[in-house]
Order: sequence, then C-alpha cells, then structure tokens
Amino acid sequence: MSPSATIGTPGTRVGDSSGGAGTPGGARPAYVLGGNRVPFARAFTAYARSSNQDLLTAALDGLVARHGLQGERIGEVAAGAVLKHSRDFNLTREAVLGSALDPTTPAFDVQQACATSLETVVALSNKIRLGQLESAIAGGVDTTSDAPVAVDDRLRRTLVELQRARTPQARLRALARIRPAHLVPDAPSASEPRTGLSMGEHQALTTAQWGISRSAQDEVAVRSHQRLAAAWDAGFFDDLVTPYRGLTRDGNLRADTTLEKLAALKPVFGKDLPGEATMTAGNSTPLTDGASTVLLGSAAWAAEHGLTPWAAVVDAEVAAVDFVHGEDGLLMAPVFAVPRLLARNGLTLDDLDLVEVHEAFAATVVCTLTAWESDAFGRERLGLDGAFGSVKPERLNVHGSSLAAGHPFAATGGRIVATVAKELHLRRRALLADGDDRPVRALVSVCAAGGLGLAALLEAA
Amino acid sequence: MTDTYLHLVNHGATRTVAKKLGLPRPPVLRRYEPGAPLVAGPVLVAGRGPDADAVAQHLAGPPAEGGWDLAVHRHADDGVRYAAVVAVLTEVARPSDLADPALVVGGVLKGLLPGGRVVTLSRPALPDDGPALAAARQGVDGFLRSLAKELRGGATGNGVVVAAGVPVTAASVLATLRFFLSARSAYVDGQLLEVDADVPAGPVVADEARPLEGRVVVVTGAAQGIGRAIVETLVRDGARVVAVDVPAAGEKLARVANAVRGTALQLDVTAADAGTRILEHALARHGRLDVMVHNAGITRDKLLANMAPDRWSSVLAVNVEAQLRITEALLESGEFVDAPRLVALASTSGIAGNRGQTNYAASKAGVIGMVRATAPLLAPFGGTANAVAPGFIETEMTARIPPVTRQVARRLSTLQQGGLPVDVAEAVAFLASPAAGGIQGRTLRVCGQNLVGR
Repeated sequence: MSPSATIGTPGTRVGDSSGGAGTPGGARPAYVLGGNRVPFARAFTAYARSSNQDLLTAALDGLVARHGLQGERIGEVAAGAVLKHSRDFNLTREAVLGSALDPTTPAFDVQQACATSLETVVALSNKIRLGQLESAIAGGVDTTSDAPVAVDDRLRRTLVELQRARTPQARLRALARIRPAHLVPDAPSASEPRTGLSMGEHQALTTAQWGISRSAQDEVAVRSHQRLAAAWDAGFFDDLVTPYRGLTRDGNLRADTTLEKLAALKPVFGKDLPGEATMTAGNSTPLTDGASTVLLGSAAWAAEHGLTPWAAVVDAEVAAVDFVHGEDGLLMAPVFAVPRLLARNGLTLDDLDLVEVHEAFAATVVCTLTAWESDAFGRERLGLDGAFGSVKPERLNVHGSSLAAGHPFAATGGRIVATVAKELHLRRRALLADGDDRPVRALVSVCAAGGLGLAALLEAA
Repeated sequence: MTDTYLHLVNHGATRTVAKKLGLPRPPVLRRYEPGAPLVAGPVLVAGRGPDADAVAQHLAGPPAEGGWDLAVHRHADDGVRYAAVVAVLTEVARPSDLADPALVVGGVLKGLLPGGRVVTLSRPALPDDGPALAAARQGVDGFLRSLAKELRGGATGNGVVVAAGVPVTAASVLATLRFFLSARSAYVDGQLLEVDADVPAGPVVADEARPLEGRVVVVTGAAQGIGRAIVETLVRDGARVVAVDVPAAGEKLARVANAVRGTALQLDVTAADAGTRILEHALARHGRLDVMVHNAGITRDKLLANMAPDRWSSVLAVNVEAQLRITEALLESGEFVDAPRLVALASTSGIAGNRGQTNYAASKAGVIGMVRATAPLLAPFGGTANAVAPGFIETEMTARIPPVTRQVARRLSTLQQGGLPVDVAEAVAFLASPAAGGIQGRTLRVCGQNLVGR
C-alpha cells in the first residue's frame, strides 16, 4: 500500500466542508441538538435482564422526555447493535414502536462494529444536509448480558437436514449424526473471523509494535476515570443521561482508582508475545451493556421545537487497514482517516479545541497519538512532510472516555458525539460571552473491528 | 400505599362485621371527575341579608350569566336531603347573630348526603372591629372547626374568610366557594381560607374544565408521589408542564413527562444555578413560565439531641433555601410577570410541630413565612404566592412508616384516613388557577382536619 494511496482518496464524505460557506457545516447544516443515554453497566450487572430493544427503547424514551418529543414523528431513526439476535432484524424500528415517539416514525438498522452509532450520526446528518430529513435520531445499543448464543455449525446443519427429512428413517439418520460435542453452544466472542485473535490480542500486537509502555497506558486509564468522575460530580451529565433500572451512574466508573492500583493488576493480553505484557483489565475496556441516542435536526426544526443547536456535524471520513496481511494494527484505521478528514477541511490538529479518541484500549489511544507524532510514519505512511501533529492532553477526551464509562460497542459513538457536542456548545457560549467569536471544533475518532476507523468533525453552532 | 382497613370496613362481609362491632368506619371520599356535577343535590343557602341573597342568586343563576345552575333553597325544607349548605355569615354583628344560621345548619346535618359540604362565608376579625363584631367574626372560626368534626360520611366543612372591602361575589371568593363545594377538596376539612383581594378572574378560558390552558408550569420533585399527582392534575387542567427532579430519579421522571407530553428536566434544586436553568428550559421549550410549584422536599428525621449537622442542613437546603433561590431568580428575570402563581409545599408538621422533625418543621414553617412575604412581591403583576400544607398522605414516603404508627397516623383526623396525592394536587391546581388570584400569601391545609394544629 503506497502512502499516497492511503491519504489520497477520500472515503465517505458528508456534504460540503465548512471551508467556503459562512455557516459551519455548509449552507444547510445538520445540528446535534441533544442526546440521551442510559448509564453504562458492566456486563451481567444492572442490565443483566435487559435486551437490546429494552435498552434502546429506554434511551429513546429519555430523549423524548427531555426534549418533549412525545407523539412527534421524527424524520428517521437509525441505530444498531453489534451483538444482535437474528429476531432483532428491525431492532431500531421495534424500539421506536415501543417508545413515546409517533409510531409513524421510520427507522433503519446499521451495523459497523464499534463505529455503528457514529456512522448513524454521519448518515442521518447527510440526509438532513441534503434536505431529505428535518429531524433524526442516531444511536446504538449493545448488551453482552443478553448476547445471542449460536449453536454449533455441525448441529445447525443437522437440524436443517432433520427439517428437510421426509421419512422416519431419514430423520433417524440425521439425528444419529449428533455428537455430544455438537451440543456445546458457541458463545459470542470479540475475535476477528480472519485471524481468530481477540481484539485484545490484536491490540497487544500493535502495542508491542509501537513499544507502548505499561505506565503510559495506565496514565490514560486513570485520567479517563478521574475526568469522567469529575464530569458526573459537576452535573455535566444531568441532560445527557437518564438513569435506568436503578443505575444512576456508569457502573464501570472507579473515581478512586490510582496508578498504584492499576499497576498491581496482572496483564491479560499479549502474554504469549515476546517482551513484557502491558495490557490489563484496568487499561482495557470491559464488556459493557448500554444504549445511546443523539438528536439531530435542521436549524428550522430546532427553532420550531425550542431547541438550541449544540454543534454542526461538518464532515466525516472512514478508513480501513489491511490488518490481516499488512503492517497496520487492527484498530489503527483512524490514524489514516483523521489526516484525510482534516486535510480536506484545511485544518490541523492544532485547530481542534477538543479531540475524542475512543479508548477501546488505553494502548489504542497511545498508539494513535504516537503514530501521529512520528516523523517517519508521517512521511512514509501518511504522505506528509513530517509528523502529522500532536494532541495536547487537556484537549483529549476531556470528560473521560470508554475506559471509564465502559464500551457497549454500538453505543459508544453516540455517547461521544452527544458529550462533545454539549462541551462545544458550552465553550462557544463562554467564548462569545468574552467577545471571542472564533470557531470551536471537535474531532471524534472511533476504531472498529475489521480494521475500520471512522472520524467526524464537529463545530460548535 | 393502599389503606386496607378503609377498604375492609366499606366493602362486603367485613363491612357488616365492622358495623356490628362498632369499629370506626372511615368513609370513601368522593373525588373529582371531569364532567361530574359540582354537587350531587340541592344546596341550602343559610343566612340573611344582601350578601346571602347575592350568593344564592349566583349559585342558582343561569350558566349564560356565569351562574352555577344549582338547585338552591333559601329555607330548609323538611325531608329534603341537601348536598351542601352554604352559611353566609359576613353580616353578623354580635355573637348572638350566629344563633339563627348555626341552628339552621344544624337542622339539616342529619339529612346531609354522603360527601356533603358545609361552607361558611365570613369576615376576618380585626383589631379595629370593635369587641362585639370581632367576637362574632372570630366565633365563626370555632363554629366551623367544631362543626367539621361532627360531619360524617365523607362530608366536609370549610370556610371562606372574605377580607374587608372584598364583595362576596368577587371572583376569588366564588372560586374558593366552588373549590370547597366540589369533590376537588375531598380531603380538605375544617379549614378557613382567606381571600385577600378582589382581582379579576383572569382571561375567560374557552373550556371551563381547563382553567390552566396555555399556562406553563414547573413542578419540582415531579418523579413520584405528590409531585407526579400535581403534574397529572395540572395537565388535566390544561397546563403544559416542565417536570423537574434530581438526576437520580430520571427514569421515573421521564415516564411522568412522557405520560403527559411535558418535558423532563433533571436538576438538583439546590444547585446555585437551578433557577436560571429552570427558566431557560421553560422559555426555550415552552416560551413562558407562569406557575412555579415548589414541591421537592426531603425528610431526615432525628431527635434534635441526636441531630447531625448534615441532617439538619440538607433538609433546610432542599425544602426552603432552594425554593427561595429559585423564586429569586424568577423574580429577577422579568419573565415571571403574567399573573404568575407560586405554590409551595408546606406541611402540617410546620404548623403543629412533630417530634423528631425539628429540621423538617423548621423548613416547612419557613415555607409558610416565605409565601406570605413573597405574595406582595408578585402582587404588582397580578401574581400570588401560597402554600399547601399536606397532612398524612398515602405516598411511598409514608409507606415506609412502621405499620402500627402508620395506622394510627391515618386515623388521627376527622376523616379518619390518609389523603391521596391527588388531594394535595387539587389544592395546588386551585391555587394555581387564574380565579384564585385574590388569595395572597396563604397556607391551605390538606389534612382531613388532622387533630393537631389549626
């Protein structure tokens, strides 16, 4: 893969960039107007008995209550789940029908692994910008507690044959082929189909490749917990989260965690690799249950509903890496998506007030930042004159991220977009109060299974 | 939350047993249903003079002229069972003048229909009334409170005290009389409510059953119990509601908001910027703010000798300091000016006192003082500030009281039962209504005439 090919051709593009027009997000911007999620729970805890549909419906109903959308026909709702029962083929539509929204609100499902709800934000913003929609709700949900359990492939083939069999003899022949081993169900796993490696083992390879230290990872984790706890204490999530099933804060949050406590944990990934294993349960995201939603709309729709636009969804870029044969790690695609996104918008990392890099693992964040700070990587892989740039720690994941909040795969993008859009709005308001009329921008970057990466650019309205 | 005893003594075989044993049998109270008649039978207007005539005329008058179209009698007819008696006592001059109307009322009590109503109209006793006039006027107070205790079958006795210079046909006098006559006041008993001013009844609403049409209301502590009932009742009366509660109660709050097509605002009322956030939300989403219901409250009971500082201060912070700060923000905003209504939740504990509740009673008595002093600040805008003081109400909070204590607490009132959240909500809705504009800085008890306090 030549460097120029990597940076050269844009992938997904949302409408026009903010460059020319006076309004951020172009002539007909799509705005983030609000958001709602349930507190995220560690798997098999508060939401052990909740399905994807329950969780998504709860997140929708909280959004409806906060914004007074009862009986409202929203233009379209898009959401999805990574761990999905086949019966949930119309998960989002079913959740809409169970919510307080008007039942004539259309919906569709999206599945792009951990980038799912960021992708729904991008897709629906596109529709709003094209004039196809006035309002939309993006979202995502996942529960590991209620994950679908599949039967063994051999058993499944036998059962299909059994159904086809016409004679008792044929049925018996089919049944006779069942062996005890076939009865063991296939538990859901986060392993990559083409490599058989779990996501953690993949990241461990990348961590080793980039030589990321244990302490650098633990620092990311501690900061995530401290910042998320501070945001909760300050009431920042008062209008972003609605409690569910007795859970009022993110269940994974450990406000009192320290570097010492994290240093005491045993590594869980990369133990078979040469060199020190550095990835622990403390600097990796746990299996999490949760759902998130983001309310999107045109300026006119927002005004009609008395809602203040928080931020425009300006542009987005998707990338993928060949983690099977190539040199890039499974979760490194955002490293390529972000430079393309910023280049197209005439921006550098320094132009961003806020940078959200999804913390799949602390090491993912550190690898990403390290790659961007590398002269060699910038020249050889990104086709730049040198390093892409660096992100100041005070701009990175300012209210914590997935290490502290947890990571219900498809819900994470929605959590990040709503959080960062509100922060953009608050910062812009504070600057305007001081007479400073400069643009305030945020980058959201999410890595995903399959070597995918999606990045989006937001600007305070 | 259900009063099993109340059910048993009023239904089936257990009813017969209870009757035979002579057990106290608290009545099932008649509660308001839209479309139901104001009273279930003829009304006797007792008392002589122009005021009594004017009231009788209004009650009997045709709806086209604003009358209530009731079957009004000016003399007690033998054998007639009355649904209500209105005793107009505004013109008594000496204590002996009470004899005639009091005995007329007494004569029809035995035939009063279940859920009947006795309402007095009187004038307050003032220092410059002269001793005889003041004695007569104050006499009504004792007469009404004792009469209420004699009533049975869910009947109640309440009084409207009409300030000097306010005609008995003033909008707020009639509105208060109507509230006391109606099933909306099911659990209000033995109370005298002052009407301080003759203010217009407010804009004529298209639908009389929806007096709060077009009004935007904020209710704190709205996720459950009394707060939820207030939301539902105000919405029934036509209001659009902002339902406020602490973020931790958000799930229930969302359900309340979604059920009434209101908006949910997760907010700690003790936050320094709570008032601004409430106002911003109401203006942005609903364009205005007309009624502020300070309902959020907590208890942290402890004998004073054992009181930890945070138990004391958290109760005062939520129950009265937060209300003061939010009200102040509303007043400063210049947006709470279109005949605004402030209704705050006090408590009978704040009137009679309650062992183990020094903190709570201080906060609730504080609320009573607060509304009295807030009313003059709102009066220039045609606004009012009043309090509702619930007695024992069947809520999740009182359901946590130990069973025996709870049973005793329930029976310690003339109506021998706890009230329902909707009973408090009806009083709030009445005080929030445009027609209640003449009631300024008062506290209305909703306690079934609890045996303690006034």
